[in-house]
Amino acid sequence: MKLYCLSGHPTLPCNVLKFKSTTIMLDCGLDMTSTLNFLPLPLVQSPRLSNLPGWSLKDGNAFLDKELKECSGHVFVDSVPEFCLPETELIDLSTVDVILISNYHCMMALPYITEHTGFTGTVYATEPTVQIGRLLMEELVNFIERVPKAQSASLWKNKDIQRLLPSPLKDAVEVSTWRRCYTMQEVNSALSKIQLVGYSQKIELFGAVQVTPLSSGYALGSSNWIIQSHYEKVSYVSGSSLLTTHPQPMDQASLKNSDVLVLTGLTQIPTANPDGMVGEFCSNLALTVRNGGNVLVPCYPSGVIYDLLECLYQYIDSAGLSNIPFYFISPVANSSLEFSQIFAEWLCHNKQTKVYLPEPPFPHAELIQTNKLRHYPSIHGDFSNDFRQPCVVFTGHPSLRFGDVVHFMELWGKSSLNTVIFTEPDFSYLEALAPYQPLAMKCIYCPIDTRLNFIQVSKLLKEVQPLHVVCPEQYTQPPPAQSHRMDLMIDCQPPAMSYRRAEVLALPFKRLFEKIEIMPELADSLVPMEIKPGISLATVSAVLHTKDNKHVLQPPPRPAPPTSGKKRKRASEDIPDCKVLKPLLSGSIPVEQFVQTLEKHGFSDVKVEDTAKGHIVLLQEAETLIQIEEDSTHIICDNDEMLRVRLRDLVLKFLQKF
Amino acid sequence: MDPECSQLLPALCAVLADPRQPVADDTCLEKLLDWFKTITEAGSSLQLLQENPCLVELLCHVLKPQGLSARVLSFSLHLAGVFAAQESCFQYLQQAELLPGLFGEAGPLGQAAWSAPTVRSGWIQGLRSLAQHPSALPFLADCGTLDTIFSLQGDSSLFVASAAGQLLVHILGLSLQGPAEGPPSPQACDWPVCAQKIVGHIEGSLRSMATPQVTQALNVLTTTFGHCHGPWMQVLWERLSPLVACLLQEDPLPAAHSLVDLLLSVARSPVLSSSDCGLWETLAQTLRRLSPAQAGPLALGILKLQDCPQALRAQAFGVLLQPLACVLTAADQAPGPPGLPEGTTGDSVTVDTLLSSKSACAGLLCQTLAHLELLQPLPQRPSPWPQAPLLGAAVTILRFCNGSAAPASDVGGRLCAILAGCVRVQRAALDFLGALAQETGPQELVTQVSAVLLEYLRSPDSSPTVLKKAFQATLRWLLSSPRAPGCCDLDPDTQLFLRELLPVLRKRLCSPCWEVRDSGLEFLTQVTRHWGGQAGFRHALLASEVPELAEQLLRDPESYVRASAVTAVGQLSSQGLHATAASPEQLGGQKESLLAELLHVLSTDSEGFPRRAAMQVFTEWLRDRHADVAEDTEQFVARVLQAASRDLDWEVRAQGLELALVFLAQTLGQPSARCPYAVAAPQATPPGPLAQALRALSRVRLFEFAFRALFDCDRPVAQKSCDLLLFLRAQATPSGGLQEAEGSPDVVPVEAALQRWRAGEQGEPLGDLEPEAVLAVLRSLDLEGLRGALAESSDHVEKSPQSLLQDMLATVGVRGENQADCY
Repeated sequence: MKLYCLSGHPTLPCNVLKFKSTTIMLDCGLDMTSTLNFLPLPLVQSPRLSNLPGWSLKDGNAFLDKELKECSGHVFVDSVPEFCLPETELIDLSTVDVILISNYHCMMALPYITEHTGFTGTVYATEPTVQIGRLLMEELVNFIERVPKAQSASLWKNKDIQRLLPSPLKDAVEVSTWRRCYTMQEVNSALSKIQLVGYSQKIELFGAVQVTPLSSGYALGSSNWIIQSHYEKVSYVSGSSLLTTHPQPMDQASLKNSDVLVLTGLTQIPTANPDGMVGEFCSNLALTVRNGGNVLVPCYPSGVIYDLLECLYQYIDSAGLSNIPFYFISPVANSSLEFSQIFAEWLCHNKQTKVYLPEPPFPHAELIQTNKLRHYPSIHGDFSNDFRQPCVVFTGHPSLRFGDVVHFMELWGKSSLNTVIFTEPDFSYLEALAPYQPLAMKCIYCPIDTRLNFIQVSKLLKEVQPLHVVCPEQYTQPPPAQSHRMDLMIDCQPPAMSYRRAEVLALPFKRLFEKIEIMPELADSLVPMEIKPGISLATVSAVLHTKDNKHVLQPPPRPAPPTSGKKRKRASEDIPDCKVLKPLLSGSIPVEQFVQTLEKHGFSDVKVEDTAKGHIVLLQEAETLIQIEEDSTHIICDNDEMLRVRLRDLVLKFLQKF
Repeated sequence: MDPECSQLLPALCAVLADPRQPVADDTCLEKLLDWFKTITEAGSSLQLLQENPCLVELLCHVLKPQGLSARVLSFSLHLAGVFAAQESCFQYLQQAELLPGLFGEAGPLGQAAWSAPTVRSGWIQGLRSLAQHPSALPFLADCGTLDTIFSLQGDSSLFVASAAGQLLVHILGLSLQGPAEGPPSPQACDWPVCAQKIVGHIEGSLRSMATPQVTQALNVLTTTFGHCHGPWMQVLWERLSPLVACLLQEDPLPAAHSLVDLLLSVARSPVLSSSDCGLWETLAQTLRRLSPAQAGPLALGILKLQDCPQALRAQAFGVLLQPLACVLTAADQAPGPPGLPEGTTGDSVTVDTLLSSKSACAGLLCQTLAHLELLQPLPQRPSPWPQAPLLGAAVTILRFCNGSAAPASDVGGRLCAILAGCVRVQRAALDFLGALAQETGPQELVTQVSAVLLEYLRSPDSSPTVLKKAFQATLRWLLSSPRAPGCCDLDPDTQLFLRELLPVLRKRLCSPCWEVRDSGLEFLTQVTRHWGGQAGFRHALLASEVPELAEQLLRDPESYVRASAVTAVGQLSSQGLHATAASPEQLGGQKESLLAELLHVLSTDSEGFPRRAAMQVFTEWLRDRHADVAEDTEQFVARVLQAASRDLDWEVRAQGLELALVFLAQTLGQPSARCPYAVAAPQATPPGPLAQALRALSRVRLFEFAFRALFDCDRPVAQKSCDLLLFLRAQATPSGGLQEAEGSPDVVPVEAALQRWRAGEQGEPLGDLEPEAVLAVLRSLDLEGLRGALAESSDHVEKSPQSLLQDMLATVGVRGENQADCY
């Protein structure tokens, strides 16, 4: 059993598991932090961005000034943003049989895999994952395609040139594999390969293993996966949450008794408690708006935004914000708000019960109804007519490199009355803000990451008790910035096995058993013999029939009935007489008693030596060795068959036969 | 006993003795017992029994198998004990062979009813009441009673077990206090039989080394040394202390907590503390022997003792400081924690306890911090008090808890992992840090305290309860900060701290969590109350947005927050720090609006807390002659009283009377509002100004408000009104009869209204009242009598023994009828 690790990002995993002749890809995350190296794509012509000076080498050589621009001491690539794909060279991805998706954030690289690697298998995911994943992809494609950029920079990627660049460009990894965004056509094609599944549904893969999605509590339709055969169980935990937010609670019980538990997608900000961060978010929002400033919240169109809107719904009256407009701007804003209301079966119990009242499960419906929350596909069109300040704007993309958020950063960045509040934990806010410097706007960082923290992980592991834990290397040591925080790492026994990008891990367990079925008529013919109370054995002579990874013992073909002399002769030629079966032996040999028996039968000078695997009994006079091990006994004597047979019979006395 | 009760008693006894008539309510029996106790305390029990033979008959029923229900049985046993408390009655019952029957083998002890805990409890209570005179001792010693009590110490019912222990203490005390003069002989054979048996039992238990028995014995001894003070205590301790010392050799130590209690009880006993008796050595040995968590309470107890050897105190203090020393060592690069008393180093046992589990670590640290917090204000606390290391430890613990400490060692790293985010320890450490504000420390440490408090106040991860504690600790440190030398304003460090603090407070007032908003407002109120006059504070506060936010919270959805906001805004306004006071051009209009806003709260808020807070603010404003109020005091008082009189919350109405009283005192020229009820030396007020004053009271409708309140359905309101009117009467008619001469005012409408209100009707408002009429009514009312009646508890009419007996009979009667209906 092997695990191929294709992504270095612990929360955007992409691993391939080889297990019992199947090749299963676990998640397909896309690392978008690479886009932070690029200049933002402004929706409206930005004189500031277009007039940034080109970057030149120390010696004044300016051959890169078309590709690289300088802004407040940072250098950015002036080109269409590119993404860092999962490793494609480590394993032939056309051999992947299935891809299991655990949540909509972990499927963003799917089109690159399904459309460009010869992949012919099936993708499994829950319905909300697919629908919201589609929205995220659609938004991404839309953000990038609606601002076409003629230029595509590639000179800087040359290894010799990259070395000369300033950080962080100099240190960017695998730049040659960075790719531009996929198209809508590729998205549609990739999504067409998905087969929908429900929680606890058992899916057979080639008869070899069974995979089952379990609720992980993190997002609508998010799942952990169980991959099991008859005798082995691998759990894949990715992006789980124990907090009571909107999704169905996490199913922990089903993770018990795993041989291996692959643990990814823990919180990215282990020191920030989501409740505290929501409080921080609300307080800062209220303070800004009270002073006449605007609030910008860069966010994804689904996920935490539902919880934030719910929290604001309860908060705005108490904070006297009832008259402040809330705008949600995204090409998929409308679909996202509406989808959330129709996936009742995937929601937590409280929200499910609302549906029977009937009431919309999320209170943002009421915010929309009362006109407190308005949503628009983009800043163009209706929005520009309705726009009123001060206001609160939720819009993408959290990287601040594309999407409507770029426009608001340019618009509001110059005033210290305004505030940008970062709630998504995926991007470093300082790096995200770099191309907007100098910035007068206030910045508040309150990342809300509801995924498991280390205390929760340690409780979870204590409860489900897997034999082995496998996790990204980042989780096995404290965060570099807080090296003394020993509580911010996985602490389990035996220690977790860690992996990093492009590593192949041999998982630490051997398969010992395989299940074989016995046909009923064969089973009927068996005559069990009790060898110990409660344990009976029977010998079986049968034909092992293996098809589709299922093994069946069938009765052996019967010899044809004797009809004529000739035929009988031929028949007897065809089917050789079964040899008389030697009895099967069982039991163990008690060495002391065996030695006594030997002495009783006239062997003197018997010596016993202990070995690693058992014992050696030495008959010095007879120059004979008897090697007794757990599963075999050897009598080594020099061409004295008589002696060997005698000794053999003595050995056999201690064993049971049947 | 009055004849009515005597008449009812036989019927009641018959009912109680009838097992078919179950008594519904235990409390009736308890009340009945209380009544019998008061009767027997006042007179002769013997006479009572002789006059009421039904009582003896009831007791005789106990002797019959299946005679009584468990409750009545328990009651009867207890009652018998109450009667037998008097020696004459004891003899009488003895002669009737009732007592051996009730408390001996023949009684309930041998019956099935004994399985009911209430019967066992009644048996013990009976004996406890009975054992009041030396003649009871042979009775207790003879018929195996003591053995039963010994076994009841391990009873499954905790009440029974504990009562059994106390009974033993009582009997021991009674027998050793006996007629013998001087201290009893240390020779056991000279002691009374009861004492011999009990002490023998205790010795046996202590020798047994079995934890339950040892615990029982230690508990009995603890109570004995806590309650008995005879000279024989010393003899007892000399006899038992070797056995107690033997316990210390055991591993594991049995009943460590009880042992600590005993040793402290012995040490506190006035009989023993003067002489040593090897006690100090035992205490020192015990301190060494106990685990860190067990030793903490003992160490605190030792340090609280008035006189105790210095070496032992030093040892105890060292034990108490151990966990903090470990924490300091774990965080510091330095080899040992500086400033702690010599010999206080984190020993390995304490370190092991701290690292053994999260709960053990939190438990030990919380206990240590709480103990030191208790010790800190005591005069007998150790001196020199290690203020600096304690401050350092508190700061370090808080830093471990929020993950900002840099551990110096492996132990530190593990402590950090254990304590990170531990709310319990955070709360305890903040409390302790607050307590340490009584004294200052080195400037460097004070700066660290400010920094860590700001960290906690700022951190989004601080839970609401932790935040509340952080605010409280901050307040204590702020208020203890030194003034700048040579001027009365805040020192520069405090000003700097305030500049950082106010933005945090501003953000906390916007928190979505109501507890946080509430704590923030409470903090604002307190700090303004103390520092409202400091220019530095005023300047910083007005420059922040905090006053505006506080005013906005008057409309908060949570009533507690609204109440706190009312108090805060009221305080700000009192100090001239109200939000709009900063803009002089709007001064008049805006000021009016705050008063109007608070009046609005008072008359419309759906919850009681904000309305009560508003009344308190108004009272304070009136008392301090707040500018808004001074503009037109009469109109202000009239409006407030009008709103308060309609309020459904009695506390608001009572507070209204408080405000009325302040107004009264101000109007009638009584400058000392501090003690308005002091009617002893009223000053003669000239009639002219008095009439004016009374008319002013009439204009604000104070009389009507007070008279109405006199018949309020809530007793505290009526009481307060009664006091107010008594004060008024004393003030207004100092020499008596001054106004009477001026003709007869028309009191009819007032008295009619009073009648209606007394009857519980709402009635029409009275309109303007003639002061003379009011005074006439005041004179005619029996206010003293009313005050007396109100001072009685509300059930004083129903509490009479006669009504109790009637009630009990009535419930039985009803039951009978119901039964008849059923068949």
